[in-house]
Amino acid sequence: MSTNKNEKPLKKVCLICAKGSIEDVYATLVMGNGAVMEGIETKMFFTFFGLDAITKKQMNKLHTSTVGNPAMRMPGGLPFPSLLGMLPGVEAGVSAMMKKQMEQLDMPSVDEFLEMITAGGGEIYACKLAMDMFKLEKEDLHDEVKAVLTIGEFYEMSGGDGTQIIFT
Amino acid sequence: MEEKTIANQKVKLTEEGYLVNPAEWNKEIAIEIAKEEGIELSDLHFEVLEFLRKTHESGNTLTIRKVGKSGIVDIKGLYKLFPGGPLKFSSKIAGIPKPSSCV
Repeated sequence: MSTNKNEKPLKKVCLICAKGSIEDVYATLVMGNGAVMEGIETKMFFTFFGLDAITKKQMNKLHTSTVGNPAMRMPGGLPFPSLLGMLPGVEAGVSAMMKKQMEQLDMPSVDEFLEMITAGGGEIYACKLAMDMFKLEKEDLHDEVKAVLTIGEFYEMSGGDGTQIIFT
Repeated sequence: MEEKTIANQKVKLTEEGYLVNPAEWNKEIAIEIAKEEGIELSDLHFEVLEFLRKTHESGNTLTIRKVGKSGIVDIKGLYKLFPGGPLKFSSKIAGIPKPSSCV
């Protein structure tokens, strides 16, 4: 790996997750946890369907979509027909398989991942507007969620040199 | 790759300062590398280092989750021992290669 000595290293990463499928949520969690592990200040903002990732009832029941996903393939690499993905139980089966494979790579469940991130000092926030829309209360969220914020408040904490905002 | 003398012993280091050969490691070297990272090693540090070395030796990929489940420290404790680089700094000090996992 080559690094440019003239580059200033990242100091802060602000991640926004607006989607609730397994891959969208885990992409955000891996990036967030990875930043914390590199000693980068990390703030995560969950909004719209991304709120599922921090809602106690939903967080460990995330699914991946088996329809309308052209990258979805059968084990072995054959194309996965969208019609098959519509059958009852297929989405649940595929999602369970995906979770099992992630477990083998030592990827934790969503709640454990959030705890790993906050254990290293990462901060997790929920979007107030989306909370109101989905009729959620702070008590519905995982204990590691630090606060419910407006997007303006999230931007206020996203300032400074070497900061990146990433929308997943 | 460069040769360097750490704690009176000649060792080969990668560009990023990781030991090329984990067998060249000893406690004195660990203490010196840790100093460069601003960490003073305690007994608990060494327990973690031993765990990392053993896990690496057995060919398993290291993650902070594995260390957290080792029974030595939880993940919060690991961050306290190696601030800003729970797996990176600890691996460097343990004389094993740079971590290759994303978790």
